[in-house]
Amino acid sequence: MKIILHVWRQKDRNAEGKLVRYECPNVSEHMSFLEMLDVLNEDLTAKGDDPVAFEHDCREGICGCCGFVINGVAHGPMPGTTVCQLHMRHFKDGDELYLEPWRAMAFPVLKDLMVDRSAFDRIIAAGGYVSVSTGAPPDGNALPVPKSDAERAMDAAQCIGCGACVAACPNASASLFTSAKVSHLGLLPQGQPERHERALGMVRQMAIEGFGACGNIGECEAVCPKRISIENIARMHRDFLCAAFAERPHVETGGAG
Amino acid sequence: MNLDSRIPSGPIEKKWDNCRFDMKLVNPANKRKYTVIVVGTGLAGGSAAATLGELGYNVLCFSHQDSPRRAHSIAAQGGINAAKNYQNDGDSIYRLFYDTVKGGDFRAREANVYRLAQISVNIIDQCVAQGVPFAREYGGMLANRSFGGAQVSRTFYARGQTGQQLLLGAYQALERQIQAGSVKMFPRREMLDLIVIDGVARGVVTRDMVTGRFEATVADAVVLGTGGYGNIFYLSTNARNSNATAIWRAYKRGAAFGNPCFTQIHPTCIPVSGEYQSKLTLMSESLRNDGRIWVPLRKGDTRPPAQIPEAERDYYLERRYPSFGNLVPRDVASRNAKMVCDEGRGVGPSGFGVYLDFAGSINRLGADTIRERYGNLFEMYERITGEDPYSLPMRIYPAVHYTMGGLWVDYRLQSTIPGLFVIGEANFSDHGANRLGASALMQGLADGYFVLPYTIGDYLASSKLEKLDASHAAARQGLDGAGELTRKLLGIKGKRSVDSFHKELGKYMWEYCGMARNAKGLEHAQGKIAELRDEFWKNVNVTGGGEEINQALERAGRVADFLELGELMCLDALQRRESCGGHFREEWQTPEGEAQRDDENFSHAAAWLHQGPGKTPERLVEPLAFEYVHPSQRSYK
Repeated sequence: MKIILHVWRQKDRNAEGKLVRYECPNVSEHMSFLEMLDVLNEDLTAKGDDPVAFEHDCREGICGCCGFVINGVAHGPMPGTTVCQLHMRHFKDGDELYLEPWRAMAFPVLKDLMVDRSAFDRIIAAGGYVSVSTGAPPDGNALPVPKSDAERAMDAAQCIGCGACVAACPNASASLFTSAKVSHLGLLPQGQPERHERALGMVRQMAIEGFGACGNIGECEAVCPKRISIENIARMHRDFLCAAFAERPHVETGGAG
Repeated sequence: MNLDSRIPSGPIEKKWDNCRFDMKLVNPANKRKYTVIVVGTGLAGGSAAATLGELGYNVLCFSHQDSPRRAHSIAAQGGINAAKNYQNDGDSIYRLFYDTVKGGDFRAREANVYRLAQISVNIIDQCVAQGVPFAREYGGMLANRSFGGAQVSRTFYARGQTGQQLLLGAYQALERQIQAGSVKMFPRREMLDLIVIDGVARGVVTRDMVTGRFEATVADAVVLGTGGYGNIFYLSTNARNSNATAIWRAYKRGAAFGNPCFTQIHPTCIPVSGEYQSKLTLMSESLRNDGRIWVPLRKGDTRPPAQIPEAERDYYLERRYPSFGNLVPRDVASRNAKMVCDEGRGVGPSGFGVYLDFAGSINRLGADTIRERYGNLFEMYERITGEDPYSLPMRIYPAVHYTMGGLWVDYRLQSTIPGLFVIGEANFSDHGANRLGASALMQGLADGYFVLPYTIGDYLASSKLEKLDASHAAARQGLDGAGELTRKLLGIKGKRSVDSFHKELGKYMWEYCGMARNAKGLEHAQGKIAELRDEFWKNVNVTGGGEEINQALERAGRVADFLELGELMCLDALQRRESCGGHFREEWQTPEGEAQRDDENFSHAAAWLHQGPGKTPERLVEPLAFEYVHPSQRSYK
């Protein structure tokens, strides 16, 4: 089949971008979306043109590298699917597709369909962990975890950090991403001691990075390739509110002598 | 040069304790005065960088990804082994050690494997403490499953995303150190050279993949956790950007390369569907617990699977290996799939596929139980192939998955260049000639969390390292070399794309240095690869410039290295005149067609030392002594 693409081309962070039209003849239905772009890039290279830059790595939907907007939908039309796992059998001959990078102030475009998502790392660094250094922790079975809690924690922990939630949100909020980590750790006993500090630190960092606030619209959940629920956002808000009321100034109480 | 494996003295269960006691410690107040470079942020590199940061070292961590969380460890599905014996089914440290030595077909160092089995227990505790959401039983205890042919249930898992959850645990620990200021992270940097001064590793040369700037960074020690080189085959289950450049350039600076021909071909992957194929997708081998593997009994039988009656199916693994059946180790399962397809009994459009059939299990256990166990894998299969595995058997075929070979390291994970440590899949150590399922995650984390942080301390405490900065002549020379190579690649402006060279190389490797090898084929491949390399340097077309994001340029540098490594792999495969594990030389097989080892002549690790461009590398030998697990013919009958 033949697919017509309009791809966002932008040389670097500061350049002006524009949509450029390409024709992809001979697209096989068994190809993945990225394999179609590989073929396009081989053609562009043969002509001496600059290939389209897009991020990708595992091509199994787990590393979170890939992702762009296809006809206005982050990761394209298939629910629960990253673009690397999206196959061309879901499109038809003659389809015209518009490919754009994630759009958010906190995700500056680096080139073409690539954006800078380092803000996500800084949100994790602001508290998305359990402060346990490598050493000799208690036996793995010392602290039983109810199966249902472990399952719900895992549901949230599946987040791949791709950024689709931000791209889909009218406020460019990173609430789904942030709340997935707050929930994952907040649902487990290991995460309790720092539960409040974690919610405060991560939510504040999200604002510092320039992400918007949640407006309960739900676009994030609709495009999330791991189908992470917005229930997590409610949990994050509750933790944040409790933490904000309970927050006390940190006082150093002297040394050990 | 002599290879000194530095195996500690004493009985095997005391060796690691003895070693830890013998090693020098760095005074806590002095740790921050030492700078350590860690390249790679997967399970090995990420856990090492985080742990070194916690200990107080000044850590500089480099990754070619945009974030440490993207490393390819994230894609590991099945699980992680540990000798916890939570299931009371007879597991022990000694049994995990025994299984791993035997599974590796007696080509791994016993002392290393024993340490790995010992540490496996600590890894689980550490990860649970970090909040890794392992699967649990209803009573709240950790769940286990049997995996990859093990006779005990020792595999811990987090659905089909164990690698992801373990990596996120290490990544979060790393981000905590970044926040604390003990680790400085350099993302989107590709390592292009190792800086060696007076025979000691002192730094790296990297390229900033956004600006194209070359940077030289010096330190007191360098750690490579840069993964395996399976992508030399072009098609593999590895992530597209996984590459051998860091270890290959270290090899060219003097680090010996151990057992390069030991590659693992994973039996359960989705078959190739066309020329445009960019990578192969693994289907976790946990599927073999409930799926039965078969092909039609008759050649060229193209009937749909449902129309082939039981009597006309060949459940060839169950027939040939009645006691292990569908759960034989990976190398055995892969080789048998190749055999039946070569006989013309393969299924699917290409004829390179076998069925993995769940009909029996669905009848016995119900579709819901199968969905609970493998739902996400079935979904992934359907997404890729457009076929529903609940009603049609899956089609699978082997694909390159892991490389047991890598830079040679001693017991303390130090390469033949003092100050250069290599961890995880990037080194050659613990898996011998074949890795068991759920052991890669175990090794990556053992090296990063629990081995390297001790051994590097001993190195730093016992070495006299001059202070130096990046203006040193060796650093400048590295920078010049990296710049020159880049200009050369951009200046060829030939007719063929980087990918076309990579695909052609992959075909030679798969054909002649893949599941079955012979002398004639390997020699043929060596010639073909050399020709292809010559053509590459005359006719490759790398578009764009050097001072910008240029993915073609990144790939070109990696393919240039693969074109050299491929020849070394063939040379190693040619010189190892025996079959063992994943290395199957057709000339050496038992009458039943199983791998025939030659312990008299090849009970050793081979480590290749670079002698300069155009020269044949020197083959060094580390003899392997088996004092505990007596080498036997592996039998899974």
